[in-house]
Amino acid sequence: MDLRYNDEQRAFAQEVREFTRANLDPSVAKKVLDGARLSREDYLGWHRALYKKGWVGAGWPTAFGGTGWNSTQQHIFDEVTADEGAPQLMPFGLRMVAPVIMAFGNKAQQDYYLPKILSGEHWWCQGYSEPGSGSDLASLKTKAERATDADGAHYIVNGQKTWTTLGQHADWIFCLVRTSTDGRQQEGISFLLIDMKSPGVTVRPIIMLDQEHEVNEVWFDNVRVPAENLIGEENKGWTYAKFLLSHERTGIAGVGRCKRIVKRLHHVAKQATAHGQPLIEDVRFRDRLAQVEIELRALEITLLRVLDAEREKRAPGPEASLLKIKGSEIQQTLTELTMMAAGPAALPYVREGEHEAQDVAWLSDEAYRYATGTYFNFRKTTIYGGSNEIQRNIVTQLVLGL
Amino acid sequence: MNFSLTDEQAALKDTLAKFIERDYSFDQRWKIIGSQMGWSREHWSKLADIGAMALPVAESDGGLGGNGVDTMVVMEQLGRGLVVEPYLGCVILPVALLTQGASDIERAGLLERIASGESMVAFAHTDAGSRYEREQLKTRATFANGAYSITGNKIAVLGGDCAELLLVSAKVDQDAAASLFLVQTHATGVARFPYPMQDAQRGADISFVNAPAVLLGERASAQAAIDYALDAACAALSAEAIGAMSELHKITVEYLKTRKQFGRAIGMNQALQHRAVDMLMHLEMSRSMAMEAAVAMSEPNAQLRAKSISAAKVLVGQACRFVGQQAVQLHGGIGVTHELNVAHYFKRLTMIGASFGDCDWHLARYGESLLAA
Repeated sequence: MDLRYNDEQRAFAQEVREFTRANLDPSVAKKVLDGARLSREDYLGWHRALYKKGWVGAGWPTAFGGTGWNSTQQHIFDEVTADEGAPQLMPFGLRMVAPVIMAFGNKAQQDYYLPKILSGEHWWCQGYSEPGSGSDLASLKTKAERATDADGAHYIVNGQKTWTTLGQHADWIFCLVRTSTDGRQQEGISFLLIDMKSPGVTVRPIIMLDQEHEVNEVWFDNVRVPAENLIGEENKGWTYAKFLLSHERTGIAGVGRCKRIVKRLHHVAKQATAHGQPLIEDVRFRDRLAQVEIELRALEITLLRVLDAEREKRAPGPEASLLKIKGSEIQQTLTELTMMAAGPAALPYVREGEHEAQDVAWLSDEAYRYATGTYFNFRKTTIYGGSNEIQRNIVTQLVLGL
Repeated sequence: MNFSLTDEQAALKDTLAKFIERDYSFDQRWKIIGSQMGWSREHWSKLADIGAMALPVAESDGGLGGNGVDTMVVMEQLGRGLVVEPYLGCVILPVALLTQGASDIERAGLLERIASGESMVAFAHTDAGSRYEREQLKTRATFANGAYSITGNKIAVLGGDCAELLLVSAKVDQDAAASLFLVQTHATGVARFPYPMQDAQRGADISFVNAPAVLLGERASAQAAIDYALDAACAALSAEAIGAMSELHKITVEYLKTRKQFGRAIGMNQALQHRAVDMLMHLEMSRSMAMEAAVAMSEPNAQLRAKSISAAKVLVGQACRFVGQQAVQLHGGIGVTHELNVAHYFKRLTMIGASFGDCDWHLARYGESLLAA
């Protein structure tokens, strides 16, 4: 047993770090480290730099243009790039729809979509949740009716998706749609790829509690979708969706991002003062920081245990199913602590660009400017991807057998 | 990076698991803890035969040269069986202390006798009224007529009820730092008051009044060895806690499946299901930290080692409390009886939390490391 990286893994981490330092736009890195909101171009700039290097498809097999990295290498890549302030690569194309296309798509679909996901030409978003179906995903109602006319076989899609993350930037959306109302709910669902530029698609922003535009509603009004955009078989979409959910188990813990926030928090706690001394000297604050740091270390080792099992092709133990719950809780604690460190500087709400215009010192305190917004925003982490209560239900059934 | 046990470690785990199943059922344990001595020489010998005593002793001292991961493997199984024989008190602690704090000549023979299971040596460290203090010792030693003698009161000495030799931490006169002494339990000036602990392990309070003592290692230079040994104890306890918690969790989930109320298994209730999941979460996070602690015992940098050990003891201690308390709660009335094994696991987990630094103590020690960083 050895919890350290071996020489080869350390050399790989160094290679990733050097590449990141040489190719990541410093202004983007600064935004990421500050917790600022990123533009489409910020994300894509980093994506393209990795594409040129051949590093975009970190979890992809080489046959589809991926790196062929094992799970530990992927983790090292995530951790090092997060530490350097690289934007998160959008998972919707790379980690969500792509594995489904690889596993269940036909050759034509693979040839068309996969290269454009790698290059960044297509930005994808996820069309799962609906206003009436949150955690109970299978109750979805967006309807796709198959028809054939002079232009060929197609589906007519009507309905509404919601919580569509960064859908305002997206070129394509992968949707779960209802193609049948016979039998069990799960049996009438199909997996459909829809061009966002299709007539009848409308994207409306949902402004989140941090007053930012991150998610959207996507409406479909008689949208015509060519039949060749169906993945696999009609009414088998639920199987593909479950495959997708099980595929992305380890990334959701957000260990790399958490480690970056901890580092930042250390810095802040040494700069800020309380009772005439650095905040880190305040034993009440320091205990909180120590506690979350210890929990993060436990989470990290737990993640590494899961990755080790994956690499060795051993079945992961029950720990795998706990990563999302613990990871999201830790992310929330960290953002809360950062806000606490800000003290009264957590109060002002500053619109993007406003501080530069006013040139008021306390408004432009970069350590804190996004702390409160991020705290509010991160309440989402225990809700999305299957709320933590749903996660506990899953562990109850699959692990405890209750 | 690798999380696998070696073939030898896997075999050791297997052997110990069989020992627990065959020789340490709950009924067998009842007999042992109800006996006059409170533990069993027969089981002690079996552990020695398996090689558990020789395991942490260096090969050059006549042992098997095991590391922290080997100790973890042993302690996890001892935790599963709630073994009361003083393996931590009379093997892990004295071996770590002697290896780090005694010269080759001083420890020659002694470690060999510990490794074979024939000698029992305990560590008398905690001064009465000093809680988890590691450095500010009240027990004093003086040097007169060419020999040392010590005076002081040590409490909660694990294995102190039966050890024939004691390793005693004390400060000589006005020394700034601690020294380590070897004292015969039957020497004049040594009085011991043995008792069962809350969890049925055995210990003793031991008072020393001008008791003859032999200095081990250099005077006023034992602190590093003491810290190492107490850290080794924390790592061992973390592993023991994993064994005890995993059994207790298993027992509790089984109970949720079989116990019926209002015409159905109580495990159908979501409030109880989620509690059981949270227990599992504590257990698995703790397992990761027990690994961290086991590996940290090979870390040459004492500060880094201390940080990992305290991190583990904080997280494991919190888990011991949660898993123990919730196991009792989910069992309902039967959970607060002495008759059921649940209470015995709960008590052992509680004592682990209170041993060699509680969560607050270790959180503070971890916090100090953040100031230095």
